[in-house]
Amino acid sequence: MTHSTGSVSACLPIHSDLDLVRARQQVRQMTAQLGFGLVEQTKLVTAASELARNALVHGGGGQMECTEVTGGGVRGLRLVFSDRGPGIADLDLALSDGYTSGEGLGMGLGGARRLVHEFRVDSRRGEGTTVTVTSWAAAPPRPREGR
Amino acid sequence: MSGAPTSPYEGHVPVLRLGGVLLVTLQGDLYDSAAEQLRQDIGRTVSDSAVGGVVIDLSGVEIVDSFMGRVLSDVAAMTRLLAAQTVVCGMRPAVAITLVELGLTLPGLRTALNAEEAMNLLGATVSALPRRGRREST
Amino acid sequence: MPEQQTADDRTGPAQEVALFLRERREQIAQRWADAAVFRTVFTVSRDEAVEAGRAVVEALAAVAATGRVEDSEADGFTVVREQLARTVRSRTRAGASTGQISAETDALRRPVTELLLDELAEAPADHVGECTTALAVLMGTLRLVMLETSTVAGEELINRQRLELLEIATPVIKLWEGIVAVPLIGTLDSARSQVVMETLLDAVVEQHARLAILDITGVPTVDSLVAQHLMKTVAAARLMGAECIVSGIRPAIAQTIVHLGIDLSSVLTRASLADALAYALQQQGARIVPRAVAAAESR
Repeated sequence: MTHSTGSVSACLPIHSDLDLVRARQQVRQMTAQLGFGLVEQTKLVTAASELARNALVHGGGGQMECTEVTGGGVRGLRLVFSDRGPGIADLDLALSDGYTSGEGLGMGLGGARRLVHEFRVDSRRGEGTTVTVTSWAAAPPRPREGR
Repeated sequence: MSGAPTSPYEGHVPVLRLGGVLLVTLQGDLYDSAAEQLRQDIGRTVSDSAVGGVVIDLSGVEIVDSFMGRVLSDVAAMTRLLAAQTVVCGMRPAVAITLVELGLTLPGLRTALNAEEAMNLLGATVSALPRRGRREST
Repeated sequence: MPEQQTADDRTGPAQEVALFLRERREQIAQRWADAAVFRTVFTVSRDEAVEAGRAVVEALAAVAATGRVEDSEADGFTVVREQLARTVRSRTRAGASTGQISAETDALRRPVTELLLDELAEAPADHVGECTTALAVLMGTLRLVMLETSTVAGEELINRQRLELLEIATPVIKLWEGIVAVPLIGTLDSARSQVVMETLLDAVVEQHARLAILDITGVPTVDSLVAQHLMKTVAAARLMGAECIVSGIRPAIAQTIVHLGIDLSSVLTRASLADALAYALQQQGARIVPRAVAAAESR
């Protein structure tokens, strides 16, 4: 699928639990505008909540960038979460279910991966972590030829 | 774009007491700190007074992430230790599908379709609890 | 080459064809209106078909004027592309095959060629040959443009039918107060499982159903992916406060499930839809008894 990336339409700081609420509302609003179904909206909002909280709790705060993308005629939303925290020591371990280094049920990273269509983690010890996720709105049904 | 379409709770979540049952109605998007506060409030109320059941109505909630999932299962486990039952009700389909996909099936949690059914479910067990004393049965 | 040439700059056979098409536009359009490809699509009035024919003649003339009679990407076609696509879609919906549409388009060539030959009755033979060749190539290009849109239209049709099928294939049946059932027929893939899950859970909310039955009698095979989807549906229903029963597990499927080592112990199963209904009714506090027994009991 060829991706054409639009410009970043929103960039939100993540430094408090108020910012988590803002991040969720931003993603909800954008997915609704892009024509995501209710279930796909909820999945991406939930994934954003997990990843934003990760950036806040483990990365000491960071930011979320939202970008509208287009691929194969389908519109989607790309979210990039970045922090300048300690990084993830063992990525495989962090992605496995039940692993947790903080509060929660240990579903943050691995769970978020199952809620989105594309998922990528870049992490360097001591430099921080960047998680990029993308989800697509299902192809909208073409309007019937009105004659 | 940063306007707030749904206003999140900034402080306490209202906890309503109906006879021997606590009714907690969640609405909109919850701050982590408000969820944390709720966990404590429910714990205190259940241990302080003769409460046999807790109903948490999620029909107004659009997302439950792992943090909120943890709060729900904590409340259930905690009330169980205090000999009370917790029933979560009114979860929307999209929320349920997302939770399952996330890997959270919350096996210890009792569930009901709506608040009324949850009260019925508790009504039977609450009135059967001897330590709560005799209750008028319907 | 995108050089802009007009009939005034150069007068090759293509440009002569362009002139001819413009001058005889009305006549050609009238003849085409009776051809299958226009007649069967523009059924409301003949004027409409003539109008459509005019637009196509105009486009062909524009293409011929640039001398690029063999170029299906020529700018001249742009203005009629949407109209041609609509024509093709309409024919496809009416059940015409690609070959048929191709033949119908080809049938447009004869009336124009006849008119051109009349026009050139006095011209030298080699000039007539050049002009008819240019026209033939141009008409061939039109056919190619039609076929290109036909392929796209076919894909669209398949996609739309696939979506419609997904919806049709997942009916929700209310069996009793508070009991709904979804009989599944055919193979379950990921996309369909998602639709089934959402349909079932929406029905649980709408019908206030405490019990939901997923009947898989019509599902040919159950692999680990399908089993996983079933388990997810059951788990999601439970979170909403409903109990989900899977019924219609045929012996062969039961064997496969055991053989694959799939653990369905978290899922409540029943052999048949009838068994599942009996269980669901019992959960609702209802019971079905033969009339004689009921009469005996009430005595």
